[in-house]
Amino acid sequence: MEQELRLMKGNEAIAEAAIRAGVDAYYGYPITPQSEVMEYLMAEQPENRTGMVVLQAESEVASINMVYGAAGAGKRVMTSSSSPGVSLMQEGISYIAGAELPCVLVNVVRGGPGLGTIQPSQADYFQSTKGGGHGDYKMITLAPSSVQEMYDFLIISFDLAEKYRTPVMILSDGAIGQMMEKVMMSEQKPRRTEKEINKEFPWATTGGSKENRRVITSLELDPAKQEQFNLKLQKKYREIEEKEVRFENVECEDAEYLLVAYGTSARLCQQTVKLARKKGIKLGLLRPITLWPYPSKEIASLIDQGVKGILSVEMSAGQMVEDVQLAANGRVPVKHFGRFGGMIPSPEEILENLEQKIIGG
Amino acid sequence: MQDIKKEENLVYKTTDLMTDKALSYCPGCGHGVIHRITMEVLEELGLSDTTIGVAPVGCSVLAYEFMNIDMQQAAHGRAPAVATGIKRVWPEKTVFSYQGDGDLAAIGTAETIHACNRGENITIIFVNNGIYGMTGGQMAPTTLEGMKSSTSPYGRELNSMGHPLKMTELVAELPGTSYVTRQAVHKPGNVRKTKKAIKKAFQLQMENKGTSFVEVVSNCNSGWKMTPVKSNKWMEENMFPFYPLGDIKTPEE
Repeated sequence: MEQELRLMKGNEAIAEAAIRAGVDAYYGYPITPQSEVMEYLMAEQPENRTGMVVLQAESEVASINMVYGAAGAGKRVMTSSSSPGVSLMQEGISYIAGAELPCVLVNVVRGGPGLGTIQPSQADYFQSTKGGGHGDYKMITLAPSSVQEMYDFLIISFDLAEKYRTPVMILSDGAIGQMMEKVMMSEQKPRRTEKEINKEFPWATTGGSKENRRVITSLELDPAKQEQFNLKLQKKYREIEEKEVRFENVECEDAEYLLVAYGTSARLCQQTVKLARKKGIKLGLLRPITLWPYPSKEIASLIDQGVKGILSVEMSAGQMVEDVQLAANGRVPVKHFGRFGGMIPSPEEILENLEQKIIGG
Repeated sequence: MQDIKKEENLVYKTTDLMTDKALSYCPGCGHGVIHRITMEVLEELGLSDTTIGVAPVGCSVLAYEFMNIDMQQAAHGRAPAVATGIKRVWPEKTVFSYQGDGDLAAIGTAETIHACNRGENITIIFVNNGIYGMTGGQMAPTTLEGMKSSTSPYGRELNSMGHPLKMTELVAELPGTSYVTRQAVHKPGNVRKTKKAIKKAFQLQMENKGTSFVEVVSNCNSGWKMTPVKSNKWMEENMFPFYPLGDIKTPEE
């Protein structure tokens, strides 16, 4: 079959991937810099292509709860938003994790706190990977660094969400959401039939008989049972940590120094690696693709291989650096460099900071 | 007893759509009756295998333990959004939310108004007892002027605490609602009327007429700190004048 290539914005790639992934519904609310997701879907009229539902909700609070309802009823459902909107969704995300519902959420991150800026940022790392809502839960978090990955990760995210009955977050940022790149399209997947839903998701509330009724809830009044449920969740999370870590290594084979960066920062760091190599500095880059589960073991093994110091590069005041420090466990110096509030570092600036904080430090 | 329970002696039987689990509601509370008649209606309309209910946060948070159908428990106030999410992807199924006044008329005001305004093809059953029952009798958006609660111990004072909210009249104004009514279940005649109203609400949903909305004014003898009998009398004398019973909006024939 001939390969279909398109030039698209990151946000549009998410939307087209959703249609082609056989998603049943998108519920969302406009917010910059991700409004193109719903704009694309509304213009595309996927109800005519696949029967997919697109609904503009009255708030992010409503849209995440619509996601809860449809996911609990066995359908492929997603929403997207940007930082302040994702903050509003945290209650719903906690309920979704507590009721073990599969769904995909996209955060096209902008600078904060508060209303902040509409420019790109990576300051929602903590919110996404450490549990932004209440209670002991974890959310698989994927960080795309290209428009192609926006497309591909949307499809992967649904597979992960359904495999583990858990919400999956795509943590992007305003730069990747807005920029245009070539995207290789995949083939159209069919939406599940009612029969398939009942077979694959026997827990879903599709209207059951009284002999076999289903309940979606996160409530348990007996603390002993709630503890057992939490242990079950933790077991699932350990399995995810064991099996689903994804990352990319760039020039790490002989690396004496290491940059750790994801998303937009990782693209900039690739340039920094080239600049450093020209100067004779043996620099590598580790790009975490899953931010949770985190590639901690890979960081440890790169230290085993000879990495002497690590710079965590983030468009935040220093969030992921804590996970790098935990992985390094005091064996080598770990420092943070970041521009934030909507500012983006230059590759030269990153190299300068590496030389000052790690090589010369 | 088993000798008497014969088919020819049977004049009434409980619906199979109620589980055998003992209700968690206080003796004298209206929730049990409203649960039962809702389930009877679904059974009579043949909808038991195609209905998904949404339970709120509040006294009826455990409605899914008593209603023997597929159910989802929603976050506080979000039941109309959850019901919207379900109905849009399962338009051929019957979907309803069952909510109290704190859930529907305070924290969930936005979700209620927008679901009704979009004319979501769902049924909303709204039990209004003028108080937060489950958390121990705090003031609700529907608490009457002068009415005492644990957070208005000297009575609701309108200047500082605001006015009681008539959500049902409000949603009747919206073009998306097909049928909006207010009923009660404190007397057998009212129970029959309420059941008829709930039946009509589900029938309209089956006909894709938009949002059908049934308020049931109920007592909260525990929260009101009265005996069940006295609470029903107090309800007639105080709640009904402010929340008058009857149809507020009926579909054009």
